[in-house]
Amino acid sequence: MTDTVYEISHLTLVPRRHPGRAVGAAVVLGLLAALVYSFAVGQIEWSYVAEFLTVPVILHGLGNTILMAILAMLLGLALGVVFAVMRLSENPVLKYTAIAYVWFFRAVPALLQLLLWFNLALIFPYIGLPGVFSVRTVEVMTPFVAALLGLGIQQGAFTAEVVRAGLLSVDKGQYEAAQSIGMPRLQMLRRIIMPQAMRVIVPPVGNEFIGMVKLTSLASVIQFTDILHSAQNIYYANSRVIELLIVAASWYLVTVTALSLIQMRIERYYAKGVRPVGGNA
Amino acid sequence: MMASDPLHLHAVGDEPLVVAADVRKRFGSVEVLKGISLRVAKGEVLGVIGPSGSGKSTFLRCINQLERIDGGAIFVGGELIGYRRVGDKLHELDDGEIARQRRSIGMVFQRFNLFPHLTVTQNITEGPVQVLRERPAEARDHAHALLERVGLADKRDAYPAELSGGQQQRVAIARTLAMRPKLILFDEPTSALDPELVGEVLTVMRDLAASGMTMIVVTHELGFARDVCQRVAFMDRGQVVEIGDPRQVLAKPTQKRTQDFISMVRK
Repeated sequence: MTDTVYEISHLTLVPRRHPGRAVGAAVVLGLLAALVYSFAVGQIEWSYVAEFLTVPVILHGLGNTILMAILAMLLGLALGVVFAVMRLSENPVLKYTAIAYVWFFRAVPALLQLLLWFNLALIFPYIGLPGVFSVRTVEVMTPFVAALLGLGIQQGAFTAEVVRAGLLSVDKGQYEAAQSIGMPRLQMLRRIIMPQAMRVIVPPVGNEFIGMVKLTSLASVIQFTDILHSAQNIYYANSRVIELLIVAASWYLVTVTALSLIQMRIERYYAKGVRPVGGNA
Repeated sequence: MMASDPLHLHAVGDEPLVVAADVRKRFGSVEVLKGISLRVAKGEVLGVIGPSGSGKSTFLRCINQLERIDGGAIFVGGELIGYRRVGDKLHELDDGEIARQRRSIGMVFQRFNLFPHLTVTQNITEGPVQVLRERPAEARDHAHALLERVGLADKRDAYPAELSGGQQQRVAIARTLAMRPKLILFDEPTSALDPELVGEVLTVMRDLAASGMTMIVVTHELGFARDVCQRVAFMDRGQVVEIGDPRQVLAKPTQKRTQDFISMVRK
């Protein structure tokens, strides 16, 4: 009776029950089943979805969407880095030019900017250097060029803020240590500051890139044949609206999933030397 | 103040490596350096002690142009820091020229400031390869030799985050040495360390001092100042209050402010 009362290792352990979890799971699964069922019995000809998923027009549109997203994002990144560095410059002209750029191109809707670029010929019928060369604006400002400029330049304004946040996130001591080993400013930014800023920059830029993939669909209003534009062209002819929208949506899902995977790899690369949160390397 | 040397310009050796003449610095309306004048001879180790806010770190940062001075002049190796003299005019140096002047001046920071995205070896070779254009293989061999010297040969491929504070500071010293500086500035190099790690960093610094390196050491380690420094300067409120032999300054200070500070620290 004395010490045996403290001996509990022979007793059976009954795990705590979580009835709430089971109820929650049942409700959610029920709703999901209803959703799947409704789409299965809804008026969707799934065979059309499968048929049009890989037709050349759709694939061509997909290629255009991906190409435009990449090029516009590259333009946006280049502009973003340049304007972020300008913004942090001590030269007031550079600094306020960068502030004005971000202010203007963040404020004006992307759709409006696309229309502006596409209709540039109304302001400047000819563009070129006086006395050197001159071309008709309508010939240069194709839907592709207008979409690239419209999307890339407005993206640069958002990316500039992301890059600036990244540069500011790097400890002041890193700037001083780089200076104390005799690095000039640009070399310091390239070798020491940017690689560390990338850790902060990559997640939001990945986010922006995904946004860009979808934003290219806006360019269909200026006759750029992205994937949504291609899908629309088909359903204008065969009236299979929902089926073709599902085709386009499927490709957006695939593209964005691939981008998310790439983003994960890039994040892992720039996490070099940093201990992962809540674990050891 | 000694009448024969009103600006405290006397140094231990004959050949001054660092000459500061009436250096002034203000942050807004606060004058943090009110005319600092001193000389550091080649091969000398100068300790700088004083209460926080006395301007000792600021003075060190002025030598390396991390702060721009508002008055006076600093010469390192006979070269005016931050300006080029042409006739009667002083031209401010551009970014590249400032970077060139900094190459021969090493700096060790209180918070180490190792580059976290680079390994220990890469931290050390970054300056030699990128700034001095040394061959990567040579820079790497030199880095490994320096790591041997600071007792961290086994950590050459580690990242800074995997090291203790004392180890990080020793890597930081190796990184500075890799630039083959003629002067090293230490800005409270042991103040951010746990007490048991202070000794390993001081050992490396002692070794460095014994090898003839010119050093200016801002420190709270009075024992180190007494044993290693040829001279100690006591700074308070932006001025050098007392400078001289450490046994003199630390044991028998002539100024009231020095006496008060040392009795406070000793407690």
